[in-house]
This record gives sequence, C-alpha cells and structure tokens, in this order.
Amino acid sequence: MKRREFIKISAVGTGGMAAMGFLGSTFVQKVINPAIGNNLGLEFANKRIPTYCEVCFWRCAGWAYTNEKGEIWKIIGNEIDPLCNGRLCPRGTGGLGMYTDENRLRTPLIRVENNGKQEFREASWDEALDYVANKLRSISYHHGPETLALFSHGSSGRYFTEFLQAYGSDSATAPSWAQCRGPREVAFLHTFGDFINSPEPTDLKNCKCLVLLGYHLGENMHNTQVQEMAMAQDNDLVIVTVDPRFSTVAAKSKHFLPIKPATDNALMLAWIHVMIKNGWYDKNYVEMYCQGFEELKNHVEPFTPEWAATICNLDAQAIIDTAWEMHHASPATIVHPGRHNTWYGDDTQRLRLVAILNALQGSWGRKGGFYFPARASITRFPRPPFPRPRKTWKEILQGEFPLTGMSVTNAIIDRSIPKEGRDFTYKGWLVTGCNIPMTIPNIPHTLEAIQNLELLVVVDTMPMDITGWADVVLPECTYLERHDNIRTDQGREASIALRAPLFPPKYNTKPAYWIVRELAHKIGLGRFFPFEDQQSELDWELQQMGTSYDEMMQLGVKVFPREESEMFIKEDGSHRFNTPSGKIELYATGFVPYGFAPLPTYTKHEEPDEGFYRLNYGRAPMHTFSRTANNPYLFDLMEENTLWVSPTVAQKHNIAAGQKVWLENQDGVVSSFPISVRITERNNNDTVYMVHGFGHADKRLKRAFGRGISDTELITRVHVDPLMGGTGMRGNFVKFVLSDPKKEEVSS
Amino acid sequence: MRYAMAIDTKKCVGCTDCVVACQTENFVPIGSSRDWIVEEVKGRFPNLRMELRSERCNHCANAPCVRTCPTGSSHYAEGGIILVTPNKCIGCGACVVSCPYDARFRHTRGYIDKCSFCHHRVTQGLKTACAMVCPTKCIHFGDIDDPESEISKILQTRDHKTLIPEAGTEPQHFFLT
Repeated sequence: MKRREFIKISAVGTGGMAAMGFLGSTFVQKVINPAIGNNLGLEFANKRIPTYCEVCFWRCAGWAYTNEKGEIWKIIGNEIDPLCNGRLCPRGTGGLGMYTDENRLRTPLIRVENNGKQEFREASWDEALDYVANKLRSISYHHGPETLALFSHGSSGRYFTEFLQAYGSDSATAPSWAQCRGPREVAFLHTFGDFINSPEPTDLKNCKCLVLLGYHLGENMHNTQVQEMAMAQDNDLVIVTVDPRFSTVAAKSKHFLPIKPATDNALMLAWIHVMIKNGWYDKNYVEMYCQGFEELKNHVEPFTPEWAATICNLDAQAIIDTAWEMHHASPATIVHPGRHNTWYGDDTQRLRLVAILNALQGSWGRKGGFYFPARASITRFPRPPFPRPRKTWKEILQGEFPLTGMSVTNAIIDRSIPKEGRDFTYKGWLVTGCNIPMTIPNIPHTLEAIQNLELLVVVDTMPMDITGWADVVLPECTYLERHDNIRTDQGREASIALRAPLFPPKYNTKPAYWIVRELAHKIGLGRFFPFEDQQSELDWELQQMGTSYDEMMQLGVKVFPREESEMFIKEDGSHRFNTPSGKIELYATGFVPYGFAPLPTYTKHEEPDEGFYRLNYGRAPMHTFSRTANNPYLFDLMEENTLWVSPTVAQKHNIAAGQKVWLENQDGVVSSFPISVRITERNNNDTVYMVHGFGHADKRLKRAFGRGISDTELITRVHVDPLMGGTGMRGNFVKFVLSDPKKEEVSS
Repeated sequence: MRYAMAIDTKKCVGCTDCVVACQTENFVPIGSSRDWIVEEVKGRFPNLRMELRSERCNHCANAPCVRTCPTGSSHYAEGGIILVTPNKCIGCGACVVSCPYDARFRHTRGYIDKCSFCHHRVTQGLKTACAMVCPTKCIHFGDIDDPESEISKILQTRDHKTLIPEAGTEPQHFFLT
C-alpha cells in the first residue's frame, strides 16, 4: 500500500469561526454576496490600501478599494508604478477573486489514517505546526537538515527560504528556473556577463524591430511589455513573429514566419550567416565589445538561408528580409529572449543564439534594446547569520547541470527517490504556492518521490492538486489580507512598493510571515525572526530607505530616479562585461571547461509518428499558470482551455468544432478529462495547441474541476538541458481519442 | 457634447481586461458582461488577417432600444449616453431584440442591463473604467463635438469604421483600422 494516498479535500475545510483569535472576534463572517465578498462592517467602507499584485510574478502595484458597505470593490493600478503605469492586466483587475473565492482553503489539515483509510482532519494552527515541528526535528536528527527542500512560487517564498536557511538547508527551488527562464539566464550570463532577471530590462518603448520566437506577447500579459509594445507601435515598430501558430502578436507583425516547430536554431544560425555575410551588423560595437567574432564567422559559414529554409519550412528570402529588418533598426532591435524557454533540451544553446543576435545588432546596453536595470536594496534588521548547510544544493548535485544558477526542481525530485550508488536523499519538502503536478512534468516520477518523503507540507490559498498529497496543509491568506516584503523588482529606475492588508485574514488562514515565525519558535530558531509583527519590521526597513510605513501607505510606490545615461553603455569602449574575457562572448569560453559547445549548432529533434501531433501549449491573458482557473472573475473570462486544431487536421480525423476529445500521448498516457476542439486557421497542421493551466483534478475546485486538459499531464517525455537542468517539454506528441476512454475500459 | 468611443484594433490584444474592469467597477454580476471581445480571422494559414475588437453598447444616436422601450426606462442622457433606469424597466426585453449589436442582457435582478459609458465616472470628468485599465491604451473615449479632444483628433487622422452601419442606428462607437 502506498504510504500516501491522494486525499480529495472535499469533506473538510469548513472551519472559519475558530479563526478569530488572531485579530479579535469582531470580524463576523457574514456572506452578503459571494461574488463580491464578505461584509466586514462599516469600518472597512470606502477605503483604499496600497498593494502589489500576487496573481502573477510581474507584481504590479495598485490600490485595492472597498465600497460603501465595506465590501471589496476593485483593484486599480498605481499610476506612479513603473511596472504598470496605473493599468493592471485582467488578472490583476480580477485579483479580488483570489479573496472572494469560496473554495479557498480554510483551516489547517493533518493527514490521519482512519480504519485503513487516509483522510484529512481539521486542526488548530498550534496542532498543525507542532506536527510539522516534530517531523522537522526528526528529519534533522536522523538525516540532517540539508535533506529538507523548499519548492516555492510567489511572495511567500522569501519567508520560507529564510526558514529553510535558518534550519540548515539551502535547497530552495522554484519552477521559474528549470521549467521556465533558466536557459536564457545561463545563456545571457555566459554572453553578456549578466542574468536578464525579471522583469526583462528591454527598452521596448523605444524599440524599432522586435523579434519574437514562440513568445506570444499579448497572450502572455506581461504588463509593462505589452504596454510598451503598444507604445512602440506608434513609432512604426516592426515586429517579426516566428511561431507555428498565428498568435495574437502575429496579427500585428510585419513579418510572420510560420516555422516548423523545433527548428529555431537553424533559422537563427542562418540569420547570423546572412548578417555577417552582408555586413548587416554593428561593426563598431562588435569590434569594441565582442570577443570570438572570427570563430563565429567561420562557424556559421555553412548555414545559408537556403539550408535553413528547407529545415524550417520557410522561404529563404523571408529569412534574408527579416535579417535586414533587424540590422536596419539596429541598435534598437530586440531579439526577445522570451520567458518559457524549456522546449527541447538544447534550450540554453538556443538562447545563446538569441544572445549572439542581440550582440551583433549592438542592442545590449543600447536605447531601444536592453537597458542596464536598477534595483533598490533593502537593509534587513540585524539578525544572526544563517548556518552554512552541511551540504549545499550545488554539492548535492555532484557536478550535474554545472552551469545552473539555482537549485533545480526536477533534480530535487529525482534525489528524493533513494538510488543505489547515491549517498544523498531528500527527506522532506515544504511547498508554497507551487502546484507541482501541474507545473513540473513527468508526474509519475514526482509521485514516486512523494511516496518516499517523511514530510510534505503544503502552504497554499487554494486546494490545488498538490495539497492532496500533503501530510499537513497550511492555509495561507491571500495577498489582500496580509503585508508582504517590500517589492524591489528591477527596472529603468529603482522602485519600491508596499503591500498592506485590505482586510484581516478570512477563515482560519494566516500570512506566511506569521506561519514561518511560529514554526521557527517551535523548533528553537526564533532568534532568526526577531520581529513580533511585520508592520514594524517593514517600517524599520522603509526608514533605512528614507521613507516610512506611513508615507508608503499614502504613496504605495516610490521611485528613485536616475539619469538616462546610466541606463546605457558608455560609447567609449570602456565598459567591461562580467565575463571571463571582460567582453561580450560570442564564443562562450565559460562553456569550454564543461565540454559544452562554445558555439551553438542545430540538432534535429524528434518528429511525431503518423496520426500524432506535437503538443504545443501557451498562455491566455486572463490566466496565470494553474493558479487562476478557479478565480470566479477569471473563470468567467475563460472557463476552460480548448484544443486548437487546423481545419485540415480536423477534417482528416472527422472532428467537429466544439466536439469533446481526449488525448493520448506517445507513452500511452491518456488525459483525465476531455477538451473541446476549436477548429481554427490560426494553427498549423503539425501541432495541436492548448492554453496551460487547466484540467484541475481536485473536486474541491468547484469551478475549475475537470474543465479542459492539463498539458503537464501529457508531458512525460522530458528532454533535460545538460547545462542547467531545464525540462524540455515540447517534444511530446498526442493523438485524438474520440470516445471516453474510461467507458471503453469498463465495456472491454 | 457627444460622448463616443474608438477602439484601436491595431493595438487591442484581446486580453479582456476591459471586461473584468467593467464588471468590478459597475458590480456587473459574474456570468454577465457589459463589454466583450470579438476575434475576426480571415484567410488561410499562414496568410491570415486578424482583427480584435473590444465591443459594447454603441450608444447609437438613432437608438432602436430607446424607441422600442415601452416605459421610457431606456433613454438618452448627457452627451448622448443611453442609460437604463432599472426601476422603470419591466424586463419585457423589447430592447434586447431590437439591438443589432446584442449589447443587452438581463441582470440577475430582473431588469435589462448594458454598458453605461461609465456615466457615473464620465460626468465627473473621469474616463470609463475600460479606457482607464486597457494595457495597450487602445480604448479612446471623449467628446466628439469638441474638435480638439483626443478622440476627435484620432478619428480625423485614422481610418475607422462602425459596426453594422446599414442598420442606420448611427453608432457612436468607432473602430480604428
């Protein structure tokens, strides 16, 4: 029998009235209108508080408003915030649904066994945290604290990371690296000496030529980027979109290259070939700042546009024309690194080609290209230094993925399964805001790892799929009910933003700050968390920055201006890059010691068998990952994903528009739920496409349950990037299953 | 004074921010909306054209809804804005069928509801909630009787169209093409 059975959190979690100890019992939870929220009384009427959004990672600052009845009303962007300029995206505008969602986790839960059946029982915070503290003491004593890992996403991650460090582990990981942007960070570090980081320091509003490779700006509502792209459209921005699907931005592009999937490297090698052959690059810039040009020139010699045209199913002249567009706009040319880079396993090398193209057009550190970002730094209140872990995550990796800049989610999962010849196994996971089964591919592998854990603690606001596997579920309050750390994300100018609570926590939920502090005190680590309450800690930190909590309650955001000249490169050649040679490395010397190719090549990737189609996935502007599918406002905008199928493919399989189909992948994995077919000319004949983040399997998500298909469920063939551990996910193929596979099983 | 709206279809990315911003600003019940997105695709892959439009009540100068309303609930207000007075509405639905733009719906409280051009905001000198939230600033709103207004200037310099002009309703909702 499995140590852990999946528990559907359907029978429990109704607690609420026991919650009141923390903030007093005056906040009687009387539901007026579930669509709007709880009426907490007139003391909450007609007010606004500063916040920054927690629906996606962009974290735009805004104001949350209540109406005259003291109910939550709306969230509006903060006009002085450089990340949103007063305009939130649909997810941020609908962020109040995170608060009003009646399916939220309500009270701590502990896994118990009752007559051989595992179930959750409601617990008080004291009980739940005692349970976790005891397990943590045991893990530390028997295996060492470094066997505890953290998977995090979002603002709560910082508190749990500090807890982890105080405990004696540094294995804090996040899918934002190995399932997302890790490849570009490594590629740009080894070319320009800097990570790109988030938000991307792209000077989009001054850009003249924007090249998007599979990056569907507009459908991914990265707020400032979409805003600035629209601004640049007023200045005749030329957009080049390379995509097997006619994306939203393809419709706004001068050039749409309907590339054959998995051949991007060939296209980029040909672009470089054309640029060098015709002298279509920034010669001064390359001479002043770049190393390895001769090697690059020799390397791309064979990669003609005609060669690439055959591989990519493109017109050779279109390859030449678009290379000219990039040069014509240089240096105001951005070949965008994108965000979700983990496609085929050679992703760092693909992003190296992106970096090289930007270097050739002189766009790094140039107006209309990439600026050098600024970021505010927080002086933390003095506290004891964290102990050095007996083994760091890097040492635990034993040389695997040598260029990774962050611990790798999938490597931690892998090392949670005991294996002969390996002397280290993770024993416990803390998971916060990170729905692993819908985020990290190869679910069977993840579940095997979970069966081997001694402790799995999940902290979340919603009963996401991962909570069903937890030993303890800790319900966090939403961002509208808590303070959080000062936002210091990078930008043209450094800025800070404050998040303050609009309401006290609903139900029996708590902020991460409180959870971590309580837990730390229970296991004797209280000295690392000296403040009683977060507001005074924030005030202390804000005062070190020349402001205060009170001032920030009035402003929400503060910007620290700087000269435009500081954003761009000095044109005298004096700039030194943080690379081994001090120059932009067209030839990546940092790759050589590890045996990785210093100049990227094209490798042919697997093709679908007859009757199968490459599974392509992306984003919709009103949803983020799998976090928002149950948000009442955002659900109303898009209830489920659809399967985009071209008319030709639909006809071939005799599929009608709106028909429900199931999908089976190359490994025989069949989707848990059906998906509705959208027949559209916008998709090519080699792929099918769906928006990520749907097909939730937890019934407690009353709206999102069973709506659409989870792409992650069908991604079982993972192409891992040997440089940095990224999980390439676009090499999976699916075929249509036209009748309910569960019914078939029964009848046969 | 004549309020009008113009959507820049070249910039609209169809994100539906206008829809949810309107819902929260105006307490529109979840499940209904006063504005919506239309995607129109022409051609064969890969030679395609696509237009995205944020649509709503066209606040027609010759409005069939006002003409058909038996109680005077649907009426012209300041600047040509068409409003519904909920407590005068008997919910007969004549306006719903008369509207060529399908802009009206039955509110959960029984009356017929639709876009108000954020009357409560624009009469205070503010812009509509949708115009204020749009990330691409593709929603232009203002007084087209004032030749110096932003919307007048943009309609003078950009190609534009209205929807179903043949219905003769004189819509005050324009689309820049």
